[in-house]
Amino acid sequence: MVKPTKVTNSIRSLRFANGEMTQAELADRVDVTRQTIIAIEQGRYSPSLEMAFQIARVFGVPLDEIFQYPHIERETS
Amino acid sequence: MTFEEKNHLAYGLTSLIVLVIYLVWLIGAIQDSPVQDIGYLRALLWAFGVGIGLNIVGGVIASASNPREADKKDIRDRDINRRGDAVGFYVFSVAATGPLILAMVGADQFWIANSLYVAYALTAVVGSAVKLAAYRRGP
Repeated sequence: MVKPTKVTNSIRSLRFANGEMTQAELADRVDVTRQTIIAIEQGRYSPSLEMAFQIARVFGVPLDEIFQYPHIERETS
Repeated sequence: MTFEEKNHLAYGLTSLIVLVIYLVWLIGAIQDSPVQDIGYLRALLWAFGVGIGLNIVGGVIASASNPREADKKDIRDRDINRRGDAVGFYVFSVAATGPLILAMVGADQFWIANSLYVAYALTAVVGSAVKLAAYRRGP
């Protein structure tokens, strides 16, 4: 069974905050398919570091304002 | 559904359909006559030819249904492709031991050729299924 990615993102809200940008528009600007944007938004696909930077550049925000990774405490033995 | 996804669907479906039709014919032929008398070579070549032809037709239909994305392939498509091909490789590695063992024990060419075809077809079907699942659930 494929586990969903732990990386969460704020792409959807950022799209709406940026003039209700459509998924197709964002896809065109990052040069990927619309389905890839949908998959990232739904947490079914973790983008490469390069694609993550491209998305951040489109919105003009730092990377960690778009992508978040939950902090997990390591168990010590 | 992306163009690539439709292509994998067409490839997996056509491989499965041709495999099932060929196996139904083959099982019928085995029941009717000894394997040495079965003209399987022609049918096998037809199965390969029809499979390739249907796959091309499937690709054309997939392109026609969404011409804007027909030549668009991104990093996610490539990731999914790699994963499906890797699983396909494992499937073929296991499935090909059948014909290998048959060849080692000196079995009739009929069994070797047909088990090898089944290995090819299974690889195509499983590889496509893994890719389609990855498109739905994530690679």
